[in-house]
Amino acid sequence: MAKIRPLGIYAFLYLAFLYVPVLFLPIFSFNDSAIVAFPLKGITTQWYANLWSDDAMQGALWNSLKVAVASSLVATVLGICGARALTRYRFPGKAGIAALIMLPLVLPEIIIAISLLVVLLQLGFSLSLFSVTLGHILMSVPFSIAVLSSSFEGFDRSLEEASLDLGEGPAATFFRVTLPIVAPGILSSLLITFTISLDEFIVAFFLSGTEPTLPIYIWSQLRFTAKLPNVLALGSLLLLASFLLLSVAEVMRRRAVRRAGAGTSGGFL
Amino acid sequence: MAAVTDSYTVTAGGRLRARLARSEAARGLALVSPTFLYALLLLLAPILVIVAFSFWTQDYLDIDRTATLANYREAWTDPLYRILMFRSLGVSALVTLITVLLAYPMAYYLSFHLGQRKALWLFLITIPFWTSYLLRVFAWKIILGYNGAINASLMELGLIAQPMEFLLYNVNSVVITLAHAWAPFAILPIFVSLEKIDRSLLEAATDLGDGPIRRFLRITLPLSLPGVVAAALIVFIPTVGDYVTPRLVGGKDGLMIANMVQFGKANNWPLGAALAVSTMVVVTAASLMFVVLAKQLTARFR
Repeated sequence: MAKIRPLGIYAFLYLAFLYVPVLFLPIFSFNDSAIVAFPLKGITTQWYANLWSDDAMQGALWNSLKVAVASSLVATVLGICGARALTRYRFPGKAGIAALIMLPLVLPEIIIAISLLVVLLQLGFSLSLFSVTLGHILMSVPFSIAVLSSSFEGFDRSLEEASLDLGEGPAATFFRVTLPIVAPGILSSLLITFTISLDEFIVAFFLSGTEPTLPIYIWSQLRFTAKLPNVLALGSLLLLASFLLLSVAEVMRRRAVRRAGAGTSGGFL
Repeated sequence: MAAVTDSYTVTAGGRLRARLARSEAARGLALVSPTFLYALLLLLAPILVIVAFSFWTQDYLDIDRTATLANYREAWTDPLYRILMFRSLGVSALVTLITVLLAYPMAYYLSFHLGQRKALWLFLITIPFWTSYLLRVFAWKIILGYNGAINASLMELGLIAQPMEFLLYNVNSVVITLAHAWAPFAILPIFVSLEKIDRSLLEAATDLGDGPIRRFLRITLPLSLPGVVAAALIVFIPTVGDYVTPRLVGGKDGLMIANMVQFGKANNWPLGAALAVSTMVVVTAASLMFVVLAKQLTARFR
């Protein structure tokens, strides 16, 4: 064991480095001082209390929730179609279609934001939460497909065929066989795309009109030094929400893979 | 679904399968079409419009649709844009190098030393990066800032008399922030390529007398190069076009090309479009060059 120790220490330090900024916000959100510095001055929940009475913040939160719910639902439906088609069927132009759909994963967000902005304005749309939602759907679909593919990939086709052979209709087969197997994957996709939308800044920054989402509200507050502790508190809550949602999503995704994987042997061979 | 009623016969499974195969392409296309159309209308079409815009000109509010290269001339000759473009490429290349170098040992540790705890570590590595990018960049701003945590703490302790200014609002802070933000995107592809290495090759090398270092250089490293190349591209391409980090921690000297793509003041969309297209072209060219170089390097290893 002695031989691997330096690498282990390195790995721990690297992991710690990755968590520095994420832990930083919560620690200082309880600090009883408007100046962010060690040593801490004392513990307070004042900054969190301030959030309760902040109407602008609550409006932004409400906007964010609307956008996140709408975009996660649509992105997951599109993701189901995409993942199912790409994992199960062979069709002409598949590689090109897949590349286009997954493109937002590597494209700088600013390109997506700017090009959508120009087109929407040219078509005479006014910017609103709706245009933000359109952008978030586009960015979320690749993630949805990535999550769902892992639960569709191991999917045993013969289970559906068995159900059809035994006289169930396509609808009943879908609800009684397909859905229960892929449900955890779908839930995982919903949670992940919801979180992406909740945290997304660039596209929302360019495509939202007069209605800010939560990250835009945070951005607008960064200018005011006096508001810094409130932003820390708000940011910490947002981080906490993301952590919880993603942990549940990960548990669901693993369950989905296990369920689908349980029947892998046989089907294709 | 007539196929369902047919399927009561003994050969039902086979016939159903044949029928499915025949219509497979059609069904696949039908199923993928909503997602495909969405990407076509809201991704490909807008990008094509941007390309078209880059050849047009704008006179106050009117768009003149005569094709011209004027925007590209301005985008490629104006020293400001040229500086920002080179800086973006330089910063991204540096970030890529640092991130991949830091990520490799981590990925190696994950793949070779963790056994059962792999999944937990992967989860721990990825989860901070699903959280808000804006907040993570913001956190670095208050860590590195003039009145930030490092400076304020050191002053509190009496170690420095004045805040160190080199920490924030320059290229260094952009590099640190980006190297942190993209870490998992470098770790994961390298990890995957390490996982794929057949462990018996390593045993064979040991049996044939290779020491650990020689074994690593001759087997592990060459076989993991595809993962390294993927990691480098995944980090390089998006960081060139990053907007938030240069805006928040870059200051004047750390601005990058993405901060110019949007033209708030002049509102010159065609020029912005030409800059966006130029950036995409340059990034693609740089990536292709890198892939070709990496391929030659890999070939030499074998």
